[in-house]
Amino acid sequence: MVMLADGGFTWDPVEDVRRLLEFHFMVNAFRAGTIVAVVAGVIGWFMVLRRQTFAGHTLSIVAFPGAAGATLVGVSPLLGYFGFCIAAALAIAGVPRAGARGTSEESAVVGTVQAFALACGFLFVTLYGGLLDSVNSLLFGSFLGITDTQVATLLFVGAAALGVIVLVGRPLLFASLDPDVAAAHGVPVRLLSVVFLVVLGVAVAEASQITGALLVFALLVVPPATAQVVTPRPLLGLGLSVAIGMLVTWLGLACSYFSDQPIGFFVTTFAFAGYLLAQVGTRVAGRFRARGARTPLHTGIPA
Amino acid sequence: MNGTSPLVVRDAAVRLGGRTIWSDVTVEVGAGEFVAVLGPNGVGKSTLLKVVLGLLPLAAGEVLVCGREPGRGSSQVGYLPQRRGFDESTRVRGVDIVRLGLDGTRLGVPLPARFSARARVASRRVDELVELVGAAGFADHPIGALSGGEQQRLLIAQALARRPALLLLDEPLDSLDLANQVAVSGLLADICRTEGVAVVIVAHDLNPIITYLDRVVYLANGSAVTGPPREVVTSGTLSELYGTPIEVLEASDGRLVVVGQPEAASYHPALHAHHH
Amino acid sequence: MIRAAGTGLFELFEHPFVRHALLAGTGIGAATGLVGYFVVLRAQVFSGDALSHVAFTGALAALAFGADARLGLFVATIAVGLGLGVLGPRGRPDDVVIGSVFTWILGLGVLFLAVFTTSSSGANGAGSVNVLFGSIFGLSASQAATAAWIGLGVVVVVVAVARPLVFASLDEPVAAARGIPVRLLGIAFLGLVGVCAAEATQAVGALLLLGLLAAPAGAAQRLTYRPFAAFWLSGALAVLAVWVGVLVSYLAPDVPPSFGTMAVATAMFAGALGWSAVRDRRRPAGRVRNFTG
Repeated sequence: MVMLADGGFTWDPVEDVRRLLEFHFMVNAFRAGTIVAVVAGVIGWFMVLRRQTFAGHTLSIVAFPGAAGATLVGVSPLLGYFGFCIAAALAIAGVPRAGARGTSEESAVVGTVQAFALACGFLFVTLYGGLLDSVNSLLFGSFLGITDTQVATLLFVGAAALGVIVLVGRPLLFASLDPDVAAAHGVPVRLLSVVFLVVLGVAVAEASQITGALLVFALLVVPPATAQVVTPRPLLGLGLSVAIGMLVTWLGLACSYFSDQPIGFFVTTFAFAGYLLAQVGTRVAGRFRARGARTPLHTGIPA
Repeated sequence: MNGTSPLVVRDAAVRLGGRTIWSDVTVEVGAGEFVAVLGPNGVGKSTLLKVVLGLLPLAAGEVLVCGREPGRGSSQVGYLPQRRGFDESTRVRGVDIVRLGLDGTRLGVPLPARFSARARVASRRVDELVELVGAAGFADHPIGALSGGEQQRLLIAQALARRPALLLLDEPLDSLDLANQVAVSGLLADICRTEGVAVVIVAHDLNPIITYLDRVVYLANGSAVTGPPREVVTSGTLSELYGTPIEVLEASDGRLVVVGQPEAASYHPALHAHHH
Repeated sequence: MIRAAGTGLFELFEHPFVRHALLAGTGIGAATGLVGYFVVLRAQVFSGDALSHVAFTGALAALAFGADARLGLFVATIAVGLGLGVLGPRGRPDDVVIGSVFTWILGLGVLFLAVFTTSSSGANGAGSVNVLFGSIFGLSASQAATAAWIGLGVVVVVVAVARPLVFASLDEPVAAARGIPVRLLGIAFLGLVGVCAAEATQAVGALLLLGLLAAPAGAAQRLTYRPFAAFWLSGALAVLAVWVGVLVSYLAPDVPPSFGTMAVATAMFAGALGWSAVRDRRRPAGRVRNFTG
């Protein structure tokens, strides 16, 4: 691995930040990381609420052959990321209940699809002669060599996705919490599902570029889940989710830069630590509360 | 099958979690009898079945199955637990489910009938059982695709596979529609008669089965009354059992309705400390 | 990795690396296919997913500390397999918690990968790619023999408990009432799945082993309703997939063997799904449910 920071971490925050941002690629890394953290934090919050984490995971796996395939055919990997993830999102939207964890047979199908997607990605990388580094960065993330174009694309596409969410936020929330009642009120629940899955595909494609296809959970699920453990209130939760995501990403980038260890490790560790902290914290806080504790929003698929 | 009764319960009591669920329960079920265990929700009907299966110990009294202590895996007892049915995607045939009742506990894998005499015998027994429960028309279909009533018949066949003296069913009718309730009850009564099997079923609604029953064990208020249905399910008997006024009304179509029984779920040990 | 473009099919067997691959592959395929049948029957595919993450991290941890990858592989998968069994399938906490834990385990594996890559030199890139996507052509004679023996061991065990396991998987309360130790059996089974995961990692890699567990079994279940026929068929299909993967890769060295295996397994499953959909259409579909509510 390239030795990034000479001298490593000093304990002077001002000096460290200066060195962190000394190189243009690191500035880009932070820009990209921030954009992704915001997009993932918002969209992931809805995904956790809608109990579609499994769909999100499957979509992220598809990012790998997407990017590898694009490289193989000679187009920009960005195209591969977004193209494959959105196509897969539409496929999931087309099959009813394909996003949730269903019967044993559905699990077998999803497991096979995931494995096959990864196998295809491996084939593509082998065919274009990629080395371990390629596989590594596609699967586990990388923040080296993020170009200005990439940052601009992430910003533009991410903003568009967020724009959609802002537009349909309230009906989407309604439809997510209570689809039958929402439908009775005239909310186009099915259409919103499809729209949301596409937006999710965008978020997954964005997050994969920082965390890699396999660790998307760390930005797309864990910070929102942490926020939902702390509070069920939507606006507060969304804000918290984004804040946690940004914190995790920045700390991850900084630690990875100074220690020369992979960003994937730091991002997953910090995100997970935050989640545990929130779980412990709310339990402790609940015991101190005078009246009955408010139950946090249930974050998972019931058994 | 020997000469002793399939089931003898004498002054039995059960404790769970420090609380005595019921006590002084006595009933004897003879071969070929059809008996129902009735009572409100939560009173401990399934617990009685578990005791007979050897899954729970008694706190007092005795239970004898064919003259012996209840033991897990006894081939004298067939069991149908309460369930909601097989998942739709279960891709296993009805006959295979029945076959499990015969040799599902033996290690290894079954050999095809062509190569093994034992397998041929097993296969014939399965066919017999399928005929007995009237499932010949659909037993080859995947069980997940069958209706509730059809699945229930196959499960009864499974429970009868080893020719038990006693058949225990926990709420076998509760998720069936009325027509199927009557049909399955009739099937059970036939089995009692033709196979000489004692059948004990837990039910919360007496009416679909009342014409077939020999006797009833009515559990309530921590104790039980046993006897023919029309004698037990009366205002007088039940009021005495519950310790509060109970009315048993007969509707115009002959169905019995029990009014005034407190649900055991509302029974709170702290509030009713003097009851047991 | 030594590979030669094949000119004749029977030349195939002259190469030791191919013989080793086929030997190991048969043992691995048989074990994974037979165990996979139960994984799908018991709806525990998710456990296979979790174990694949653990396999990756376990193997790389061993490599990072300079040990044989297989040591970390087997220890990690068996320990976590048994742990998942003890935790219980019913009491499974929600997907967010599970996903977070296993993502973190993967992140840990990435750390070990980096340590391993920088600590030694030379063919390290290969080492971690092998863990990710398999290295069936890179097995020595003794490694292949070990894999085959372990595979055989797994086959013997799963065949021995097949009947009670079928009973316990389809009809747990009745099986328990009959004296089958369902809980113990469930725990031991997941330990066995752990062993299979470790085995399959050598053939197709940690990332793809889920496919080898799920696809042949899924196909077999679609092709027949007889449980024991599906059981044997699942094993046969898995072995076939591994063999074809090896064969294709021998003939076209650019294609990795694990891709070939996965492609075949996926095609089998897809084919079986299609065939059974056609078959079901001929029989009146749907069921008349009498369940109230």
